Amino acid sequence: MKSQLLRFTKKGIYCPPAGVYLDPWRPVEKALITHGHSDHSRWGHQQYITHHHNKPIIEHRLGNINAKGIAWGEDLTINNVKFSFHPAGHIPGSSQIRVEHKGEVWVFTGDYKLENDGISTPWEPLKCHGFISECTFGIPAFNWRPQEEVFDDINTWWMHNKADGRTSVLFAYSLGKAQRLLKHLNPDIGQIYTHGAIENMTEILRSFTELPPTIQITKDTPKAEIAGNLIIAPPSTHGSVWLRKFTPFVTASASGWMAFRGARRRRAVDRGFVLSDHADWPGLLQAVKETGCERVIATHGYTEVFSRYLREEMGLDARAESTEYEGDTAEEQEKVTSDTTVE
Amino acid sequence: MKDFALLIKDLDSTNSTNKKVKYLSEYFSTAEPKDRLWTIALLSHRRPKRPVNTTRLREWASELASIPLWLFEESYHIVGDLAETIALVIPGEPEAETISLHQRMEELIALRSLPEEEQKEYLSNTWMTFDHYERFAFTKLLTGGFRIGISQKLMTRALARATEQEEDILAYKLMGNWTPETTTFHDLVYSDSKEAQKSRPYPFYLAYALEDAPDQLGDPTEWMAEYKWDGIRGQLIYRDGEIFVWSRGEELVTDKFPELEGLSSFLPDGVVLDGEILVRKGNTLGSFNDLQKRLGRKTVSKKLLEENPVFMMVYDLLEWEGKDIRQRSQKERRSLLEQLLRQLPDQQDLLALSPLLPFNSWEELSALRDGAREAESEGLMIKSRQASYGVGRKKGDWWKWKVDPLTIDAVLTYAMRGHGRRTNLFTDYTFALWDQGELVTFAKAYSGLSDAEFREVDRFVKKNTTDRFGPVRQVTPELVFEIAFEGIAPSSRHKSGVAVRFPRMLRWRKDKKPEEANTLNDLKAFL
Ligand SMILES: [Zn+2]
Repeated sequence: MKSQLLRFTKKGIYCPPAGVYLDPWRPVEKALITHGHSDHSRWGHQQYITHHHNKPIIEHRLGNINAKGIAWGEDLTINNVKFSFHPAGHIPGSSQIRVEHKGEVWVFTGDYKLENDGISTPWEPLKCHGFISECTFGIPAFNWRPQEEVFDDINTWWMHNKADGRTSVLFAYSLGKAQRLLKHLNPDIGQIYTHGAIENMTEILRSFTELPPTIQITKDTPKAEIAGNLIIAPPSTHGSVWLRKFTPFVTASASGWMAFRGARRRRAVDRGFVLSDHADWPGLLQAVKETGCERVIATHGYTEVFSRYLREEMGLDARAESTEYEGDTAEEQEKVTSDTTVE
Repeated sequence: MKDFALLIKDLDSTNSTNKKVKYLSEYFSTAEPKDRLWTIALLSHRRPKRPVNTTRLREWASELASIPLWLFEESYHIVGDLAETIALVIPGEPEAETISLHQRMEELIALRSLPEEEQKEYLSNTWMTFDHYERFAFTKLLTGGFRIGISQKLMTRALARATEQEEDILAYKLMGNWTPETTTFHDLVYSDSKEAQKSRPYPFYLAYALEDAPDQLGDPTEWMAEYKWDGIRGQLIYRDGEIFVWSRGEELVTDKFPELEGLSSFLPDGVVLDGEILVRKGNTLGSFNDLQKRLGRKTVSKKLLEENPVFMMVYDLLEWEGKDIRQRSQKERRSLLEQLLRQLPDQQDLLALSPLLPFNSWEELSALRDGAREAESEGLMIKSRQASYGVGRKKGDWWKWKVDPLTIDAVLTYAMRGHGRRTNLFTDYTFALWDQGELVTFAKAYSGLSDAEFREVDRFVKKNTTDRFGPVRQVTPELVFEIAFEGIAPSSRHKSGVAVRFPRMLRWRKDKKPEEANTLNDLKAFL
């Protein structure tokens, strides 16, 4: 039986009985939005419905939009279709969207991870018949270590750099990863400085998440004051004139791709920390099992490989659909006008 | 092996050459001598033969990771490196291990002759005792090519620092025909036996590419020029009645070119020649493909010897009458070389002298370069008359001035995902040219575009896929790219009937429609 509840269209994932879209990639009337990354919350919809925490985030990113906040688990019924938002654990304010109609239940994950990162409301398994899942890291080469171990490495790295008289530069996208790092850096080692784009986003998240103090770098910040401390900057500042001013420094990137040796070298960073806001391979499989679903639709990432595994090894009705979500690629390639905020 | 794995991890964790040298020289100062010797061997292409074939490795690793083989293969395709894939998919609890690198290497050499069941048991047990980097380093010892971003030159520099020796002298000692089984660390690094000296080549001097016109080189009379031959750079040694041929990769290739051993009947003893190994086809030169056939075969058949005979186009003399003459000027070495070639019997066809190209001004030289392709070369070499023979890639005395690449406009027809970080993007492309109304594949390329362009093409591929064959996607033939390549040769293995060398994307021709792309006949006109 082919479900008519959710359909993949040219504009996005569409729910015909309710007339709404989930994370659409073309302008629509009513959009239910999982989270604030640019490939999930795009510009041009007439109305945005999203979790309360994500509302200020997309308003900051998209400017003057018509956005309505909703609480975790709150019912939103449109034409007899019951929608509700539930934590996805991906970044602060990120949701999975549950859709129920005549007893049929689907869950759309947006992006998610299972580990509690300390700043996002942790992921929650939802029972459903159909599960629409991302699989950015959907091959068995990805197995994350517990984040405590990774943060121990990051703090040790910072300590060593400081002892060598160098400034530590951590590249992280401005929404989510930057604040996750911030939360777990050890402020006893030194001061944490931020690039303007990161400071602005952090400021918004501070209204509902507790985060250590940061100092925004401005053109008046004396170079000598920063020496030996740590800077969190967007990846796009790598190699920029802005960054060169803080020489001598050492760079690092924190991302799931850092599990690949080639990725670190291509990115030309001195150090790669494997830290992702997406589920790893065991996480994806666990999530599928906990939903108890019979059907899975893989939306972005290694969709063909992941759905084939679910079909052949787990006996599920799984398939890949092409969408315009980009997972980590979009997050890492966020454009930052580094100079307007700083100069 | 823990310290070796840690070394690999440290080397991997920095892009700074200075730091790499520091880590390596610390390792060379502290590791066991036998481990140091093996490390030198591994970093200078002296890995022992592969003990287990890679098909078995893949099967056993996927079994140990409890995943189906197809999923292992897909992961391997995405990761791009077998040892790395194995290190990533196999779980394992690191154990405090005390087995050193050289013991592991001895185990691996012994592994080669064990029955398959025992090989499997050994590997399964060993893999599980490692952490990620140990498993990676260990598996690298088993699989092909130990490429970890450390050149032999860098390794030599680190070793020179750790052992307080001159880098050039050490580089020379490390060459030649040794393995960790035939020497010790002490003998290799500190002493210099007669036997070791006999087959040892000199480090090759490498040329830099000339970016602009040669005017910047100053007075043209200070320089000499030759054609740049498109063969295999080689060093031919004749000492104590024995011929040795070394390739630029510092590999002994004498057995690939047995006809060159015929030189022993008329070369004077104590001679080392530098030049280019080329295939002779009647009065013309064979293509690089013909040469590759000679290298690719385990044994060189009589037929192959007759069809693709080689000779050496020589251009430098490094040793004369048993003496190292690299310190003498280019001019002097050249005149000794000419003298040597004059002494050879007229009918010999194993050595030829790379002719000097006379020129009085840089304009004249530029005109010579324009004719380089007709002379079956890929450009010019410009050498300082006064310079001694350098070591490695010392800038300034030898320049290569290649002819501009050939280019053709082709249509993108298939795409595959890239490796590693690019694995989310379609960056490996196949290109086709028109032939009687149909598109015929002629080249693959994966470099030359900016990241932004790759992302744009990726989006195009995802939206315009017309068919899928495993990892390969067929796309609507719409995008046109200017493809550059270095050379072209007829080929029966390619559907198009030609093979091109070093194809890459020069630029995206957004101004061209697919029907405006070139034809296969346009390409064949370059032949
Ligand atoms: Zn996201």
